[in-house]
Amino acid sequence: MKSCLVVDDSRVIRKVARQILEDLRFETFEAVDGQEALNICRNRMPDAILLDWNMPVMNGIDFLRQRRLEKGGSSPVVVFCTTENDIKHITEAIQAGANEYIMKPFDREIIETKFLEVGLV
Amino acid sequence: MKPADFEFLASFLKSTSGLVIGPDKMYLVESRLMPIVRKRNLPGLPELVNALRIGKDVALTQDVMEAMTTNESFFFRDKTPFNNLRNEVLPKLLEARKNQRQLRIWSAAASTGQEPYTVAMVLKEMAATFQGWRTDIVGTDISREVLEKARAGMYSQFEVQRGLPIQMLVKYFKQIGEMWQGDSSLRAMVTLKEANLLTSFSGLGTFDIIFCRNVLIYFEQATKKDILERMAKQMPADGILFLGAAETVIGLTDALAPLKGLRGVYTKVSAESSMAKPSALASMPIKAAASR
Ligand SMILES: C[S@@+](CC[C@H](N)C(=O)[O-])C[C@H]1O[C@@H](n2cnc3c(N)ncnc32)[C@H](O)[C@@H]1O
Repeated sequence: MKSCLVVDDSRVIRKVARQILEDLRFETFEAVDGQEALNICRNRMPDAILLDWNMPVMNGIDFLRQRRLEKGGSSPVVVFCTTENDIKHITEAIQAGANEYIMKPFDREIIETKFLEVGLV
Repeated sequence: MKPADFEFLASFLKSTSGLVIGPDKMYLVESRLMPIVRKRNLPGLPELVNALRIGKDVALTQDVMEAMTTNESFFFRDKTPFNNLRNEVLPKLLEARKNQRQLRIWSAAASTGQEPYTVAMVLKEMAATFQGWRTDIVGTDISREVLEKARAGMYSQFEVQRGLPIQMLVKYFKQIGEMWQGDSSLRAMVTLKEANLLTSFSGLGTFDIIFCRNVLIYFEQATKKDILERMAKQMPADGILFLGAAETVIGLTDALAPLKGLRGVYTKVSAESSMAKPSALASMPIKAAASR
């Protein structure tokens, strides 16, 4: 079973995203900010991360840059999932090493096609 | 709706657009046609049906036909067909046409344009290979409304997230407010025209590759057969046809046969190729026997 870490400061979003990912047969766990996500990755690397941008403590883009610098930096697959929907943010995310990008609001279809795109379903 | 009115509408649609609707779709017909009733200030559906019976109002005929079409489409729909296009079909045709350096591709039920623009993106990703080539992508549909949207090439955030890889969005689209528009070079690759598949399309010319996806499912067998055979006539001997995931030529016509190993991809079976004349795609085993 593939695993996916859901990183978002909103409890509601985490719940909705986990539900969809579990239906897609992912084992899911969650983190509330980038710092917690980094710690989790150091202990137990997931196959994928669904990553919010704006979060307290450490935001998504800082997490991603840091993650890509650390040991085994090419993993995991990172799919941004954020309300930031302009070309500047998207380009910045790709340059920082994001594999895919979801603009909120999202639905089941979008999560599924994006994870298909990165070869995880 | 009165059964007689429904029967009239069903036969009207079958003869004008090919659409087959059963009595179980009565509710659908009503909900799709009521907006036209309102737009034209008619008292109700019976009056609309009467106007159709009289048959003088050409614009009404078009409106009803269009209202009954299903236009759902996505970029890179089903993904595999476009991988097959890039990895199998285009390399063979590039070799076969290396002297003419010309390729014509038809999206025969283009709807809001996602299919022809997907083809355009596949070609753009292979731009180096197509240097010095002339490539035509023609998209046609029966519905003027979807063609207008296709020409604008303007899509919602929701639409660009269903199948379009993010890199492609960044590369080939511009953000305009809440919408995303295919850039001018992408739009320039695609010509959009009105065409009803029930009537002659020989005027469009011949095509090396035809996409006819998710439209035949709405038609009855005889209509499918007729369209497929006329499409075969518009293809050279090594022409390629892509059908939708729920569609096939098997049991409908011998003019086309599946390409082995490539689901949903068909090639023409011409008199010459059945005599084993080497064609450009001869290295792809053709399962012609299956349809004989
Ligand atoms: C479901 S869409 C398919 C779009 C695209 N090919 C795809 O697979 O995503 C079907 C389209 O077929 C068009 N259509 C229906 N009957 C037609 C006809 N007789 N001639 C041409 N187009 C037709 C409809 O207007 C609609 O846009």
